[in-house]
Amino acid sequence: MTQPTSKPMLIKTYNIPGGIHPPENKVQSMQLPLGEIAIPNELVFPLNQHIGTPADPIVNVGDTVLAGEKIAEAVGGLSVPVHASTSGTISAIEDRVLPHTAGITGPCIVLTSDGQHKTIAYTEVKDYHSLQPSQLIEKIRDAGIAGLGGAGFPTAIKLNPSGGIEGQNTINTLILNGTECEPYITADDRLMQDYADDVVAGAELLAFILGSPQRVVIGIEDNKPNAIKAIQTAAQGSSVEVSVFPTKYPSGGEKQLIQILTGQEVASGTIPASLGIVVQNVGTAMAAYRAVRYGEPLTWRITTCVGEALHTQRNIKVLLGTPVQHMLSENGFNATQASRLIMGGPMMGFALPNTDVPIVKTTNCIIAPSQSEMPEPPPAQACIRCGLCAEACPASLLPQQLYWYAKAEEYERLQNHNLFDCIECGACSYVCPSAIPLVQYYRAAKGVIRYQEQEKIKSDHARQRFEFRKLRIERAEQEKEEKRQARKQAAEKAKRLAAEKKAAAAASGEADASKNTAQDAGADPVAAAIAKMQAKAQDPAAEKAKLERAVSSAQSRFEKLESRFIDAEEDQREKLEAQLKQAEVRLKDAKKNLSHFLEAQILETQIESTKPEKPKSPEKADSETNKLKPADEKSLDAAAAAIERAKAKSEAMASMSQEDKLKTQLASLEARVQKAREKLQKAEAEGSEHISAFRTGLEKMETKLATTQKELETLKESN
Amino acid sequence: MAFIRVTSPHAHIATTTGDVMRWVILATIPGLVALSHFFGWGTIINIVIASVTALACEALVLFLRGRPVLFYLKDCSALVTAILLGLALPPYAPWWIVFIGTASAIILAKQLYGGLGYNPFNPAMVGYVILLISFPVEMTRWAIPETLIADGESLPSLISALQAVFIGNTTGIDGFTGATPLDLFKSQQGLLVEQITSENSIFSLASFSGVGWEWVNISFLLGGLFLLYKRAFTWHAPVSMLAALAIMATLFYDGGSSDSGGSVLLHLFSGGTMLGAFFIITDPVSSATSNKGRMIYGASIGILIYIIRIWGNYPDAIAFAVLLMNFAAPFIDYYTLPRTYGHTKSERATRSRDQ
Repeated sequence: MTQPTSKPMLIKTYNIPGGIHPPENKVQSMQLPLGEIAIPNELVFPLNQHIGTPADPIVNVGDTVLAGEKIAEAVGGLSVPVHASTSGTISAIEDRVLPHTAGITGPCIVLTSDGQHKTIAYTEVKDYHSLQPSQLIEKIRDAGIAGLGGAGFPTAIKLNPSGGIEGQNTINTLILNGTECEPYITADDRLMQDYADDVVAGAELLAFILGSPQRVVIGIEDNKPNAIKAIQTAAQGSSVEVSVFPTKYPSGGEKQLIQILTGQEVASGTIPASLGIVVQNVGTAMAAYRAVRYGEPLTWRITTCVGEALHTQRNIKVLLGTPVQHMLSENGFNATQASRLIMGGPMMGFALPNTDVPIVKTTNCIIAPSQSEMPEPPPAQACIRCGLCAEACPASLLPQQLYWYAKAEEYERLQNHNLFDCIECGACSYVCPSAIPLVQYYRAAKGVIRYQEQEKIKSDHARQRFEFRKLRIERAEQEKEEKRQARKQAAEKAKRLAAEKKAAAAASGEADASKNTAQDAGADPVAAAIAKMQAKAQDPAAEKAKLERAVSSAQSRFEKLESRFIDAEEDQREKLEAQLKQAEVRLKDAKKNLSHFLEAQILETQIESTKPEKPKSPEKADSETNKLKPADEKSLDAAAAAIERAKAKSEAMASMSQEDKLKTQLASLEARVQKAREKLQKAEAEGSEHISAFRTGLEKMETKLATTQKELETLKESN
Repeated sequence: MAFIRVTSPHAHIATTTGDVMRWVILATIPGLVALSHFFGWGTIINIVIASVTALACEALVLFLRGRPVLFYLKDCSALVTAILLGLALPPYAPWWIVFIGTASAIILAKQLYGGLGYNPFNPAMVGYVILLISFPVEMTRWAIPETLIADGESLPSLISALQAVFIGNTTGIDGFTGATPLDLFKSQQGLLVEQITSENSIFSLASFSGVGWEWVNISFLLGGLFLLYKRAFTWHAPVSMLAALAIMATLFYDGGSSDSGGSVLLHLFSGGTMLGAFFIITDPVSSATSNKGRMIYGASIGILIYIIRIWGNYPDAIAFAVLLMNFAAPFIDYYTLPRTYGHTKSERATRSRDQ
């Protein structure tokens, strides 16, 4: 290999374990220069071409837009906007089949092009050094840039590894990934040859944003000599290193590339930034540079169009949103020859359900293989545990054991065998002589484990609630028992006193005896009541405070539930209603307790005051308590009123116009989404393992939000 | 139009399990040639009987289990078991010995556990041990190598060999049976190594181990190297087994005294050592699974072989050593997980996750 630089660059690289050498099949698509195809009549822009929250449409059906115009705005931190890639009219905002493994549908903006390709005016920045990194990050985010290598992670987030916290995750190494280790794909190879200057400029820009890390390195596999030469020439005189290492799949995996270039391993469950490393795809770097320098949003990319079912195999500069069908037919696609259709590479790409799906930001390759090129997989034979998969695994897992346990559904063993460190590169399945679809088993098992973990969290919460309740009941029992004991003692004491009295009376005269007996019968319950009061109100003030606290907490819970009840969705109403009723009962109980207490206290004071006299008859005490009743009822009325209010509110909700209702719902949803987003950001900053859970939660909420918004809009329109 | 949906990866290496099995069969040819050269038709007859029996048993059980018969027969795994057992059995053994051994191997040791991939024990070795325990006389009657046959005589003809095997008419081969080097060495324990080797022609006429046996072992070693080259298995198990055996033999050589266990070369190049090292213990199904585990597995077998050969009741010990370690393989697996990327240390497969 010729070294264009005057001093030879000797950069130490490290070997990764495992790996495979599948036929590269990269020659086919590199015979022709970068091609361009006609603008399609219709372009489809999925709102979620990146990892994170789907963007929110800011255009309406019928609007005319220009190329580069923003048509959907980012929602929250983990999101990027979407731009029109050509000029035309928005013809629909609806669900279309997405380029996704599962072949699902999702919200898309559909643009009918006018064929003019009129572009909006871009704001250029001659010298980005005059701007703050945060401003640059904002520009990159606003240009809709998400990882072009295949994952589609919003670039702006990766460029802010500290998460706003001073001194956290200081970056020492910026790596640009030009590995392109998957067979067939040559998009980055073509990009590095045709846009070498932009790639190097992108590297310098990203380095500037990241606070000038010590090392900025572009890693390229040695099977791309022309790209290496081009990048080396472009990097001459800059601080950007070009590191070349032997071709082996999957060297281009983020973790693998870090190991190759630095010898370090990203600890399980953490992100590269924790090692002070940021990895970006070369295409992403170029897009970021063009976004900053020329103000160009991400509206096109280079995609490899390859496979024997095509007449022309080459790389194409394609407008995002272009339907695969259009791209294929522009390259002489023969559908009857194709054994399948793959988006991405043959190792990790996914089969497309049909040709209607659009090219998105992450689409680096479309393969239309012939039957002989990629025949249908043979039926799987028995695993003979030959261990070839373990030899091929770049993560040093034991795929044969993982397969065994996945089949047996032994999920704990799977986790003990570090299933979640599997990067699903497919090297194991590739070498398996029994043609077992190993990765498929791992994906399924991961899904089940994730589901089980969610369920476990739920059941843990339920268990905690249950245990807390049990504890509470136990404590109440204990208190009751103590009181009972105190009462018993008091009663005995009273009896003893009475007996003494009786003895005294007996001494004073036989005649009074019958009278006294009658009195005793009346005195006993009163004495017991006094004892009860005494036992209860060792410290009447504290007891009172306690009861009042109980009332106020019951009250506040009731109110909270009430407001939730009003906000709640239909499906949750029933559950909340039950809770509300329970709270109501509790509130009543608490109030009753308090009033009983108060009433007893009054009784007691009366007894105290009448001590020298004969104890009052129980009937009298009763009539005293009766006096308290109105107040008591009043407080109960308040509860009833609150319930009434809740009901009235919910009825008002029901009677509210659909629009108002939606608006209220929207407001509450927005608040929730905001909260969830904050949580997610925090989780990401901390590298928490619950990120994915937060993300799914957030996504769900956002989908709901989007639907509500849409409903609202449709409603508005219909009004 | 709609396309078929296949999960990734979409590319696949062309080698199949059937291919690997066929390589193994191919790799036994040098050993088979050597055995036939020194001991005559016996081994080939063994292999033919065993192969027919194995395929028939496998087909029968697959049929009874309602599995696609041809699909599984084509993986050639039954054939491999049959050939390995045929190679291990004494030449000119009665046909029913071969039949019982093979039928037990395929039906008991393999199919009853669920067929290929599910058998915890090496089927060929199970068949061998069943025979060794049940029919010790027939199983210890080995032929003498061609070199030692008295002048004017030659190896039994095919006809007399077939007569001996199928009719039990052993008159044609009676002059051709004798002790193997390991038998001889064991029966003469108490003598100096030098005495043993000089007084028995099977040693004195040999280059470094036992007449005939040394070449048989070298041939199996060649076959094994071919399989290593083809990456049918990794070096870990065979190399550690041979190394452990060699170390044991060195430790207990005792200067060739009357307590000596025999020379390193005797142990490496006689009996079933090389057949075991490259064709038996490398059976991936019944061995440990990680490379580290396979080293422990192989080394343990090497040590066990030596222990049984010297202090046990059997002159050769591959089968027992292998079966014992088959038991231990899952246990070894639990403690020999490789260190995964991003983890600081390798962990146990049995650790509890209840935290």
